Amino acid sequence: MTTSVPESLAPPGTRRFRSSETPAQERMSRRRRVTLLVAFAAAILFLWEAVKWLGGVPWRYENLFGSGTDFFHDPPLRFPFATDLNLPHWWDILGALAAPVQRNQDQSLLQFLLGASFYTWREAALGFLVGALLGLLLATLFVHYGLLERAFVPYVVASQTIPIVALAPMIVFAFGPSITSVVVVATYLTFFPVTIAMIRGLRSPDPRALELMRSYAASKWQIYRHVRLPASLPYLFTALKIAATASIVGAIIGEGPGGIPDGLGRAIINFNQQYISGPEKLWGTILVSSLLGVVFFLLIVVAERFTLRNRPGAAHG
Amino acid sequence: MTEQPVTPAADAVVRISGVDKLFGSDSGSVTTALQGINLDIGRGEFVSLIGPSGCGKSTLLRIIGDLIQPTTGSVTVNGKLCAVARHDRDYGMVFQAPVLFDWRTVEDNVKLPLELMGWDKARRDARASEMLNLVELGEFLRHRPYQLSGGMQQRVAIARALAFEPSILLMDEPFGALDEMTRERMNQEVLRIWERTGITVVFVTHSIPEAVFLSSRVVVMSARPGRITDLIDIDLPRPRDVETREQPRYFELVTDVREALRRGGADQIEPGVDEVPEGASAERTRVEGGIG
Repeated sequence: MTTSVPESLAPPGTRRFRSSETPAQERMSRRRRVTLLVAFAAAILFLWEAVKWLGGVPWRYENLFGSGTDFFHDPPLRFPFATDLNLPHWWDILGALAAPVQRNQDQSLLQFLLGASFYTWREAALGFLVGALLGLLLATLFVHYGLLERAFVPYVVASQTIPIVALAPMIVFAFGPSITSVVVVATYLTFFPVTIAMIRGLRSPDPRALELMRSYAASKWQIYRHVRLPASLPYLFTALKIAATASIVGAIIGEGPGGIPDGLGRAIINFNQQYISGPEKLWGTILVSSLLGVVFFLLIVVAERFTLRNRPGAAHG
Repeated sequence: MTEQPVTPAADAVVRISGVDKLFGSDSGSVTTALQGINLDIGRGEFVSLIGPSGCGKSTLLRIIGDLIQPTTGSVTVNGKLCAVARHDRDYGMVFQAPVLFDWRTVEDNVKLPLELMGWDKARRDARASEMLNLVELGEFLRHRPYQLSGGMQQRVAIARALAFEPSILLMDEPFGALDEMTRERMNQEVLRIWERTGITVVFVTHSIPEAVFLSSRVVVMSARPGRITDLIDIDLPRPRDVETREQPRYFELVTDVREALRRGGADQIEPGVDEVPEGASAERTRVEGGIG
């Protein structure tokens, strides 16, 4: 009886490993993803110009590519949304990005926008951080004190139904025209997804895991630290991805009434006013703003991959 | 440790007296999960609770472990109230699911209770590898739980439950989710560990062969209300092994348990859970919320 049972009691082939794909297959699927992404972007650009070819204003290009030939095309239709004012050629947008931001300046529009993006990102990141911590704190309180949850969750939800453009000037009024106000606006948009997701995440452990901890006479803090928090991490990262993009939007909106001259918010307002004379600049700004959101989002994805690298299914999280 | 001898009879580790458990539902109806449970479990015993689903065997296990409170009656463990016993870390728990944490390695799962109980690192390390060797998973220390088979995961759960040397092991259908072959091997394994450690085991199962093979005593329960209908001593010689399952005495005892279950009404059609048992209204004031 006390003799040992052979090596493993598990029947062969029952050991499950994380990824069912070999490294070669993984490289393959990554290459395919990249190809798909590029193909999709190319398709959009093609469609864009196809619309202009069909219903834009006449295309006039003198001395095309320095070849000495002129190019002229008169679209058969006239779509009101496809004029050069409403839908500039995308190469004109790229051209505007490369051109000086103002006459007689060394700085290109792209350089200017990258600087503004970094400035806005710092505000957004601060708001993101504060919002995430606030959301975590609220969710923790709500999960442990049902009375607080019933009392306050309706207000948390209601807070998000107020249009932020209406609220931003009031926040600036309260906190003064400064970075603080911008950060508060970003915080306001980010704490909500984190709160809602973490209420769910902190409640996600198997009830038996909680019984197990109870049988160890574990304290509430120990249960939180060792079970609830680690179990909630996948929920947290889902929320942080939403919060990352929301914080950028919050910061941009906050910069207007906040009177911050150095960020994307001011750039958008300025180029909006100059739209008639140069629509490409606003388009370029919008392009860079959305890229900023994507970059922030990807930063969170990288953090998620790293943090959850040992969880099952992590390879495709 | 508040060791107060409560009628110090015959080395009883667990003493259950007059336990009733009523569950109320949101619709206001009341179910009697357990009624008039009296049971003493001796030191080093291997006791199985067997009965049809809804007989309250898992509820009784949870009451012993102080995970839920009885409506009336009391449970003492090592002469202490079960709440005190729980705070003294007298219980090791194993559930039907292994309940291992994916964010920890196998080794760190076993160490979790030791961390909570403030063991120092050297002792934790030594203990974890000792326990994993005991369940023959010594070479899987650094694996993740999801890399192991169901049977292996359950052995990790057993190692974790035994790591801090509790005086009682409470097992709630621990092998219910395993296939028959794995289950029989796990039965063998659990007996080996029980013999080596001398721990008291309370084991909930709905498998008659498992209960007979493992136990020194089988507690037969019946449903609605959940109550104990029979106690059957299992006098099969030890150590028990594969051959035990082929002895005539083993088959006799399996038949005994089966008939005891039948006498208790296990083969009757079970009434709806929400039905209010007679006399329940008088108890209503003491009913707690359901366990959900």
